[in-house]
Amino acid sequence: MTDLNTSPVPSSVTSVHATDAARQRLNKRKAANKRFRLYGMAGVVIAIAALVMLLSTLVVQGYSAFYTHTMELTITLEQDVLDRNNTQDPEILARANYRKLVKNEVYSLFDDVTSRRDKRAVSALISNGAIDALREAVLDDPTIIGSTITITAPVSDDIDMLLKGHIDRNVEEQLRRVSDRQIAWTDSLVERGIIKRAFNTYFFTQGDSREPELAGIWGAVKGSFYTMVVTLLISFPVAVGAAVYLEEFAAKNRFTALVEVNINNLAAVPSIVFGLLGLAIFLNFFEMSRSAPLVGGMVLALMTVPTIIIAARAALKAVPPSIREAALGVGASPMQAVFQHVLPLAMPGILTGTILGLAQALGETAPLLMIGMVAFIVDIPGGITDPASALPVQIYLWADSPERAFVEKTSGAIIVLLVFLITMNAAATILRKRLERRW
Amino acid sequence: MNGTNQMDAIVKPIGTSMADADTINSDIKITASGVKVYYGDNEALHGVDINIPARTVTALIGPSGCGKSTFLRCLNRMNDTIDICRVEGDILLDGEDIYKSSMDVVQLRARVGMVFQKPNPFPKSIFENIAYGPKIHGLFKDKAELEGIVQGSLERAGLWNEVKDRLHEPGTGLSGGQQQRLCIARAIAVNPDVILMDEPCSALDPIATAKVEELIDELRENYTIVIVTHSMQQAARVSQKTAFFHLGDLVEQGPTSDIFTNPQDQRTQDYITGRFG
Repeated sequence: MTDLNTSPVPSSVTSVHATDAARQRLNKRKAANKRFRLYGMAGVVIAIAALVMLLSTLVVQGYSAFYTHTMELTITLEQDVLDRNNTQDPEILARANYRKLVKNEVYSLFDDVTSRRDKRAVSALISNGAIDALREAVLDDPTIIGSTITITAPVSDDIDMLLKGHIDRNVEEQLRRVSDRQIAWTDSLVERGIIKRAFNTYFFTQGDSREPELAGIWGAVKGSFYTMVVTLLISFPVAVGAAVYLEEFAAKNRFTALVEVNINNLAAVPSIVFGLLGLAIFLNFFEMSRSAPLVGGMVLALMTVPTIIIAARAALKAVPPSIREAALGVGASPMQAVFQHVLPLAMPGILTGTILGLAQALGETAPLLMIGMVAFIVDIPGGITDPASALPVQIYLWADSPERAFVEKTSGAIIVLLVFLITMNAAATILRKRLERRW
Repeated sequence: MNGTNQMDAIVKPIGTSMADADTINSDIKITASGVKVYYGDNEALHGVDINIPARTVTALIGPSGCGKSTFLRCLNRMNDTIDICRVEGDILLDGEDIYKSSMDVVQLRARVGMVFQKPNPFPKSIFENIAYGPKIHGLFKDKAELEGIVQGSLERAGLWNEVKDRLHEPGTGLSGGQQQRLCIARAIAVNPDVILMDEPCSALDPIATAKVEELIDELRENYTIVIVTHSMQQAARVSQKTAFFHLGDLVEQGPTSDIFTNPQDQRTQDYITGRFG
């Protein structure tokens, strides 16, 4: 040491950090640094491009699901056709021949419709929804029989597709689902203002249907909602309880280590396996009802519990031990220390994990297929034991349907599902930020 | 250590302690005999015998890892929270064995309060911080009484004037020294007999340290205080009795003035003169 301090460094000896070799090493390191940054940026660009592609495809294909074309029909509710003897009996009124009234009105819109074939072709312009709308109006208020009312009903899916440009008018007539005459009629109705473009309320208020123009996601949304409620109510208390016990109270021994490993494994089990488990236990053994959000929620809860446990344990671990010591130091029991101090501090993290777990469950299809939620269900579920579908399953069903009109429905439903997921994730982020700021 | 040498230049010693050395109370609050502590198979304390006098400040000094904090944490059974930790021997608080099976740990910790190395106020309001202990022990009948306890505790901790206008702001918003005095007030609020302090000033600057030391000196009137410190100057300033730990042994104990002026053991002498540690 003293040697170095007293004798000056000979000028011929340069520092080891100033040689050419050192400079080369430095340049190499700088280049590696730069390359690594470029890789990172390339990764980000690719990720953003993929996201943009996904979203733009969805929006381009799906935005047309949110509007539809409706036809305005002015129909005289003839007593003779509907209720000849004026019984006003709801049963007779429900089975009355509304079809005839609707068809006659549609025929009357055109002068050139005379033959049977023409009649069939022209009645294909309007959806069966018109008949339902008429029946509903009469059943609502039977006294309107005999008067003339105006109803608005969607056009049939083929005409809707034509008007949205999904059916190419230049294709040969035989290869087209819509004949030249139907095109002519449609154009004339549009010109006369009878067919109008409108917001697609059916899509947001109806259950599933065989008729694409009448199919909606409300049934699936409600089914998903009930399923999520069941999932939340089961998985949150169970998972938080398990996490608190494992993290704060359980002795650290081989048994708890084994439990921990298994919980982590459980989080990685493919979801279809949970579906099969639900099928075997809930449906076959306990004989619970098929297609019910109750069972769906229970199966998804099985899947969500490990996710929440892992998030909750991480959140509990992140609470500084000094808080526990402080509480114990003033004489709080271990339970008081956990429930009055540690758990409230861990709550933002736990809630974030819960919402993310639920978002994952919301998008889950496979387990629901196994327990029968894939069934074609028209009625909108009114509770957790009614047969129901769920959003992702609805998407799966529609994606499988042959009609061209279901393509946009599929994308539309995906957009709705993504909106829910993004909302949930945003809520998780906001919640975390909000609660964190309080401390 | 902890810059205490410079501190002496800034903070005048309280000065009364050395003179009071002979005023060690003859009442014994805590008696420890043959206390051994194991972490798993590793014996961290090799049999400690010490009497801790009532209403006196007892300082535990020694180099890092000597077992002084371990011993301190035996006195309110904080070591119970460590799974692998095992305590042997007897510790009597007012003649009562605190490790007997019928001893309620929660009650014990109400009687033996603790202040930690790093200020650790709850992330709640100042008021809530103080009120928490009285709440869980049911020490008040109505809100007015609770407010009285909070004010009294803050006053005794010398913090009242600084925080009385912001009792409902978070305790974590105070400065480090204020936080530590808040923690002391929180310990006082449950009206303990003994207050254990585990290096209470090691995270504080010299001025905050001086305030806390002053406070400790005042608290001596009503409470039995056991303080672990790395700073020998601090031990000399605030304590009346000092115990020197080394490698898990209690090497020497006695009136602070004797330990610092006339140590009997070579290791004590080496330590207090700064030859190691």
